[in-house]
Amino acid sequence: MDNRKTDDRAPTPGRLLPASEMLRFSTAGSVDDGKSTLIGRLLHDSKGIFEDQLVALERASRRRGTAGIDLALLTDGLRAEREQGITIDVAYRYFATPRRKFIIADTPGHLQYTRNMVTGASTADLSIVLVDARQGMLEQTRRHIVIAALLRVPHLVAAINKMDLVGYDEIVFRAIASEVSAFAGKLGLGEVTCIPISAVHGANVVEPSSEMPWYAGPPLLEHLESVELESAHDLRHVRFPVQWVIRAAAAADRDERSYAGRVEGGILRPGDPVVALPSGIATTIRAIETYDGPIAEAFPPLSVAVRLADDVDLGRGMMLVAPDDAPRARRELDALACWLDETPFAPGRRYWLAHTTRHVRAVAIEVVHRLNINTLERDPTAGSLGPNDVGRVRLALAEPIFGDPYRINRSTGSAILIDEATNATAGAILLLEDGEVWP
Amino acid sequence: MSAASPAAITRRHVVDHLTALESEGIHIFREAAAVFERPALLFSGGKDSIVLLRLAEKAFRPARFPFPILHVDTGHNFPEALAFRDRRVAELGEELIVASVQESIDRGRVREEPGHDPSRNRLQTVTLLDAVVEHGFDALFGGGRRDEEKARAKERIFSHRDAFGQWDPRNQRPELWSLYNGRIRKGEQMRVFPISNWTELDVWQYIAAERLEVPSIYFAHRREVVKRDGMWLAVGDHVHPRDDEEVATRTVRYRTVGDMSCTGAVDSRARTLDEVIAEVAAARITERGATRADDAFSEAAMEDRKREGYF
Repeated sequence: MDNRKTDDRAPTPGRLLPASEMLRFSTAGSVDDGKSTLIGRLLHDSKGIFEDQLVALERASRRRGTAGIDLALLTDGLRAEREQGITIDVAYRYFATPRRKFIIADTPGHLQYTRNMVTGASTADLSIVLVDARQGMLEQTRRHIVIAALLRVPHLVAAINKMDLVGYDEIVFRAIASEVSAFAGKLGLGEVTCIPISAVHGANVVEPSSEMPWYAGPPLLEHLESVELESAHDLRHVRFPVQWVIRAAAAADRDERSYAGRVEGGILRPGDPVVALPSGIATTIRAIETYDGPIAEAFPPLSVAVRLADDVDLGRGMMLVAPDDAPRARRELDALACWLDETPFAPGRRYWLAHTTRHVRAVAIEVVHRLNINTLERDPTAGSLGPNDVGRVRLALAEPIFGDPYRINRSTGSAILIDEATNATAGAILLLEDGEVWP
Repeated sequence: MSAASPAAITRRHVVDHLTALESEGIHIFREAAAVFERPALLFSGGKDSIVLLRLAEKAFRPARFPFPILHVDTGHNFPEALAFRDRRVAELGEELIVASVQESIDRGRVREEPGHDPSRNRLQTVTLLDAVVEHGFDALFGGGRRDEEKARAKERIFSHRDAFGQWDPRNQRPELWSLYNGRIRKGEQMRVFPISNWTELDVWQYIAAERLEVPSIYFAHRREVVKRDGMWLAVGDHVHPRDDEEVATRTVRYRTVGDMSCTGAVDSRARTLDEVIAEVAAARITERGATRADDAFSEAAMEDRKREGYF
């Protein structure tokens, strides 16, 4: 942890180190494009690797006949992964600089691990896609960009790696960068930051590279430290799913209730009118409470408890929203799905749908199409979705849910399907607007 | 607010990392409390579980916790940690259940490991699983963090255990967004880790920010220690110096509070929270690497113990 640089300001109690923002980013890539080397480099050069980990790494690398240190072994944490030399799951890694705390969701890049990439991207503020400068855009590069676009990761970085192997050639970099940007543009991704790097030599990872004077932008780490973290949340539409009811004895004969949950959209303030869903009963926010006392406003991702002016009967699975701004009640879902389970999604199969704090029974109606995430072609004849497939599906629900399009709100627009028989987390669901087409 | 530019409005609504981590932890506590019938919170008196208790207060106060506190007492605890445990639980006014490894030994459920000053680290898994069955717990909150160890780095926040309490790392449920799948069959359990995404430094920063009390052994103090397996172990009831071992008196502190028989002290001058934070921020050795003999056995020591039902 590179927090050892002391702050100029006088330390306040308990805040010797400045409070910093947190950035979650995901990486996708396979053995060949140097993803593990890049992460190893970020951790190593920002001093996020500890000496005993380094010693263990050297020992393990020697045992596997690798000359020097195989930084991939740092992220492959499970016995099976080390034995097979592959990453099979999402690994979370942590490092911090004086400016930010970082959480890396490190995911494997092969097609059969699409579900892991989707998992990693689901909570990411930023995605790093690795491109081998010698190869340019490959099928898997496109796949990684498609996943970042599907999951609406707010920022995308294309790290054009192995620049040392193309003579640090600006023209090679420019050509790949424009190809990446053009493809991302087609998917509706606004900005893509392209950075020429050599992970193995540390060029433009933490330190700027003297080999690429033509590159005027920041090294990767500096970009990660400075990329604008405007709230990734929807601050316009109030969404407060009730998670838990806190009942405290107010007097001998009655208890006082507050409704606990995490703000998933909008800004709540005392005095604001709200409507409870699904009942539609209108009331007013009397106070927003926390353990540390009442607060003047609550916004995502804060966990708070709301006290209401009227005695309305609310419970888990219900939602407070602003009047005239309720999400549509949906009993039938038209949505994008990424399938996670070995048992395919097929018409007639039954699931639990978990959406915010609301869990309802669901039955699969149809697969509208399966999406080839390499070519973006739609196959309307697929009929079912197997593991790692992405497609458009329709589901019928036993009770309505109150969801927004995923495009608007990543929390109220997402759901998971749980297999009724096995309890497996079987599918990721992204809600669409009426008539919305993606991509 | 109407006068503010859109950029100013959004900047104001980005929270710092401790607030984000705290809010995530509260959310996880409330989710688990809502979906499980009978959870319990594992408390050891160590810094991670001290943070858990504060998060539980933030999640459920002014009401009481909707679960008891469970301590697996190995009989090798630091007396300072036990005293702190009792004081803290009394202060909270919550129910404490103690599951004792010594009782498991006395009842013949486990056998003390052979050798000089045996560790009870492995034995406590049996005591824990027996307590789960006896009390019918279906979920246990634990203070595990993903930065601690590479098998933990892959573990879910809601981590499924089969009817034998075993973890199957290759067959974990995908965890997307913050939608946690808490569905289990009878006899199965879930381990829930609300501070999965915290680092050692985050924990100390939070303890300082919240002005939380921690056992005194986390701060530098003079102690008789003996060097064993490359670590300074506290001489006492559970660590008896062998003839070839030299007892030294050093100024040390603990980075982690485990069993006296396998938790090493580190040389330290840090006597205040800010000094501890400065030391942790500058540390070049991981918490477990510096202080835990139990993880030094093999590359997969933690993974193997977790498969058996260890925390």
